[in-house]
Amino acid sequence: MDLSSINPVLLIASLMVSATPILLAALGELVVEKSGVLNLGVEGMMITGAICGFAIGVNTGSPVLGFMFAAICGALLSLAFGILTQYLLSNQVATGLGLTLVGLGLSSLIGKPYEGIKSPTLQKMELPILSDIPIVGPMLFSHDPMVYFSVALVAATWAVLKYSRAGLILRAVGESHDAAHALGYKVVRIRLLAILFGGACAGLAGAYISLVRVPQWTEGMTAGAGWIALAIVVFASWKPWRVLIGAYLFGGVTVLQLNLQAAGAKVPIEVLSMSPYLITIAVLVIISARGNHGAPAALGKIFHASR
Amino acid sequence: MIRLEKRAQPSQFWTFATPFLAVIMTMIVGGIMFAALGSDPFEAIRTIFWDPLFSEQFAAYSRPQLLVKAGPLILIAIGLSLGFKAGIWNIGAEGQYIMGAICGAGMGLAFYPSESFIIFPLMILAGALGGWAWAMIPAILKTRFGTNEILVSLMLVYVAEAWLASVSSGLLKNPEGMGFPGSRNLQQYPASANLEIIQGTGMHYGVLTAFIAVIFAYVLLSRHILGFQIRLTGEAPRAARFAGVNPTRIVFLCLGLAGALAGMAGMFEVSGPAGQITIDFNSGYGFTAIIVAFLGRLHPIGILFAGLLMALTYIGGELASLMLGIPSAAIQLFQGMLLFFLLATDVFINFRIRLDSGEAA
Repeated sequence: MDLSSINPVLLIASLMVSATPILLAALGELVVEKSGVLNLGVEGMMITGAICGFAIGVNTGSPVLGFMFAAICGALLSLAFGILTQYLLSNQVATGLGLTLVGLGLSSLIGKPYEGIKSPTLQKMELPILSDIPIVGPMLFSHDPMVYFSVALVAATWAVLKYSRAGLILRAVGESHDAAHALGYKVVRIRLLAILFGGACAGLAGAYISLVRVPQWTEGMTAGAGWIALAIVVFASWKPWRVLIGAYLFGGVTVLQLNLQAAGAKVPIEVLSMSPYLITIAVLVIISARGNHGAPAALGKIFHASR
Repeated sequence: MIRLEKRAQPSQFWTFATPFLAVIMTMIVGGIMFAALGSDPFEAIRTIFWDPLFSEQFAAYSRPQLLVKAGPLILIAIGLSLGFKAGIWNIGAEGQYIMGAICGAGMGLAFYPSESFIIFPLMILAGALGGWAWAMIPAILKTRFGTNEILVSLMLVYVAEAWLASVSSGLLKNPEGMGFPGSRNLQQYPASANLEIIQGTGMHYGVLTAFIAVIFAYVLLSRHILGFQIRLTGEAPRAARFAGVNPTRIVFLCLGLAGALAGMAGMFEVSGPAGQITIDFNSGYGFTAIIVAFLGRLHPIGILFAGLLMALTYIGGELASLMLGIPSAAIQLFQGMLLFFLLATDVFINFRIRLDSGEAA
């Protein structure tokens, strides 16, 4: 095995690319869970976003339009989840699973004619001055706009949740919907908005996979990334910056694993390809052994205002 | 303004009615979808739900398939329903199914080419143990560390799939297979073949096991203290604790049974209809079984009928893609929609709709 063929600069750069979809999806889910809703349909919304974004990207030739449409599709799908769980008071776990199954079916139905086509992809955006720094420049500052956008979104989510009034209300709804309701906040409406945000993020995440990371459409291409995003929210103890760390760690594992496969490591390929999932399990175990810190108190509970 | 009012008691009527309502709604929306795909919606619905059973042309082939497809779905869904009743969300049945198939087939192939009546029972045992062991991983992690069983069991599906890819082109590969991936065909090895018990009905040992599981689960849930404890844990966890129900034991029981049943289903599939271990012998039964469990109201008898209905959509879907060119993915969407409409209409069980002027009381 030839470890010298693994270039650390390229490794970090491709780490950021491979972490971005998980980061976006996990960030969306973080906001949803902060509002007290557990949406297990991330995988379904991601894969739907992937094909919707890809289809629009191919047909219009504009990846930007693709991303926008993917966000809309993800949000629409999450709206179905929102109506079911918030207005029809269905079980969130079951509905989330249903959403994933619907998303997988829908995406492979839409995706049939798009198999084997290459899509237009986002151009790299070299940040002026910063990208000229040796080593750090090509590592961190010469990516496509979505990578920067995802990091900016982490900062924005953190700031809004921590410092703004809207963030405070969102957290209050997630900790105790009855108290928030008694104070006159519209619990259902706030949760619905959070769910829509989560759906849009998952849609963007999916489109990033099909438009930038791969960039092609294959059935079931998200391969559990949505579920890993859910695990990363737990890993991060519901804190935005830790979501960033978690997603990048995970991206690192994925990229390293692929690099090792390419470098001809002595480890069997199957072990390498199951490693991201095994590591996710290991991380979940370590986090949960420490106790469940930071989970919103009303997470997954059904709210019905009686009068 | 429309408002929901909680019922004092869950409605008996709606508990039975919502699955039918959900099926009808799925047919209507599915019909619209088929129309959008350019097929005649009425013909498509008839092809899916009617032709496999009653068309003179296809019924002879399709009717046995109904049991072949329903068998694993019912077997897995029965196991899942116990956990769902207790609030234990095992959604990794697909992984347990794969591991059961690998272990069962491995056991059979280890004896190749000797002949003995004991081989097939040993394979069933190995399949059940394989699925059980795979389900024990989330069970141990949940009870020991409080790790979320939803995520762990699902992650293990991907691990099992990687494992399947590995053994089908490695450990269990057919040495006489000209280098093609996949194991020896267990159907052509009499000691391990899961054959039809009654010719031409599709009734193989897995289907028989599924029927036994239905009866077993019915007795367990309605007559046995363990079944009561499972229901109590799901409906009132605190009350269950005060009543002395050991939650750890319930987790092990529910996940273990679900794993064993899914493992057996995998073994019956691989030694019967699928015939051999290949990289994609599993056809997503582990996930569809989740829909079956809910559609059957988590009740054994309900699951029996829901499994048959879901099997019908599989066969009808194949027929529709053959006859009308409807993509097979449309059926997957169709099944997902069924779960969605079911969950949506379930609101009527616990709530009634009231129309009022909307001023706050």
